[in-house]
Amino acid sequence: MLLLLVMTPAKADEVRVAVASNFIAPMKEIAASFRQDSGHTLRVSSGSSGKLYAQIRNGAPFDVLLAADEVIPQRLEQEGLAVADSGFVYAIGQLVLWSNKNGLLDQNGKALKSGQFKRLAIAEPKIAPYGMAAKQTLEKMGLWNAVQGKLVKGENISQNWQFAATGNVELAFVAQSQIMREMKVNEGSWWRVPKHLYEPIKQGAVLLVTAKDNEAALSFLAYMQGKSAKEVMRAYGYVLP
Amino acid sequence: MTPDDLQAVWLTLKLASVTTLVLLMIATPLAWWLAHSQRWFRGIVAACVALPLVLPPTVLGFYLLLLLGPQGAVGKVTQALDIGTLTFTFTGLVIGSVIFSLPFAVQPIQNAFEAMGRRPLEVAATLRAGVWDRFVSVALPLARPGFLTATILAFAHTVGEFGVVLMIGGNIPEETQVVSIAIYNHVEAMEYGAAHWLAGGMVLFAFIVLLGLYLTGNRLKVVR
Repeated sequence: MLLLLVMTPAKADEVRVAVASNFIAPMKEIAASFRQDSGHTLRVSSGSSGKLYAQIRNGAPFDVLLAADEVIPQRLEQEGLAVADSGFVYAIGQLVLWSNKNGLLDQNGKALKSGQFKRLAIAEPKIAPYGMAAKQTLEKMGLWNAVQGKLVKGENISQNWQFAATGNVELAFVAQSQIMREMKVNEGSWWRVPKHLYEPIKQGAVLLVTAKDNEAALSFLAYMQGKSAKEVMRAYGYVLP
Repeated sequence: MTPDDLQAVWLTLKLASVTTLVLLMIATPLAWWLAHSQRWFRGIVAACVALPLVLPPTVLGFYLLLLLGPQGAVGKVTQALDIGTLTFTFTGLVIGSVIFSLPFAVQPIQNAFEAMGRRPLEVAATLRAGVWDRFVSVALPLARPGFLTATILAFAHTVGEFGVVLMIGGNIPEETQVVSIAIYNHVEAMEYGAAHWLAGGMVLFAFIVLLGLYLTGNRLKVVR
């Protein structure tokens, strides 16, 4: 009986979205307009992609996953936890290095190369795609070993931002969407990491099997590929596929 | 267990030991004062000491991150003293842990001082024992069970700490990556085997500590 109660799917007009930390800000805007346009309710949970994946594998009640990479949605499809072929790339993420101090970073990433900092925050590469991209960048620049003593690992990319925003680290690798508001960066200084330094962060969305007949979930996934969602994503610095 | 995990175990024991020592030094005079003071602000101090029992660790973590950071009051002082900022350092974790476990050290000692009453000290005074002598040779021995409970609880509670360390630690091996954080990382990375070693060890440790506490007849006198 209890099992039945637990297994009962969410109401058809509700979609529960698990979203990677880098996408929280645009998600809030998209969620608001989706609610208004569709009349469906939408609930958002956030975390690092690795954590969300682990939660889904252990039965977390989500309908849609907006991950920070392609690998996790693909793995969920292979494991039968996501609807086969429901996955698509909704955005391509942009890695940036950010400091809350003005003038510390220029468009060549000078401070990083010269080592003029005490602490550098990256997300845990094992579980966060942006952390992996940051690691690849540091490796390509030949700095990975040199920064080991200065690395602070955020639990997810939001914590990286928070470490830098409070000044506890001088530099943090974050997603461009975290520092962008209305097409521009208002605070601190930043360096857009050149694309050739890391594998493209193709962020995949996928429909989870428990929601395969969920109207609201299907309409949300369609909405993500529509014009208004794309406008929001572009405003936050994402490149669209 | 991996070398990193062993490091985490060692770091956790080190953190708990240092924290317990610092706590006993702070908690003893504080408990004494709370047990005997008649001042009007005694209630305020008692409430402050008990705050970490009620507050979520995220509140402590959040304020510590701001306070110890470069723009924070404490951070400004430590920078002026050329120590740098204390977030993401072992010292920072000790400060967080001391605050986090303060009530667990103060309350058992305070209870012991209160249970002892004023009588033994008055007797000692009539025997011309000085204030310090009275405290060291009468009060401390009589309050021994309280100290034992405080030591065990402060140590164990620090080992069990998670939220504060997650927020101000930065997950640095050998510096701030304690066992609870290492477990969290293993679980997130789905290394369940490694997580089991540490998590199972924690359960065993906690059980043995509490069993020891109950067997020696020290009841937990902390509200929780």
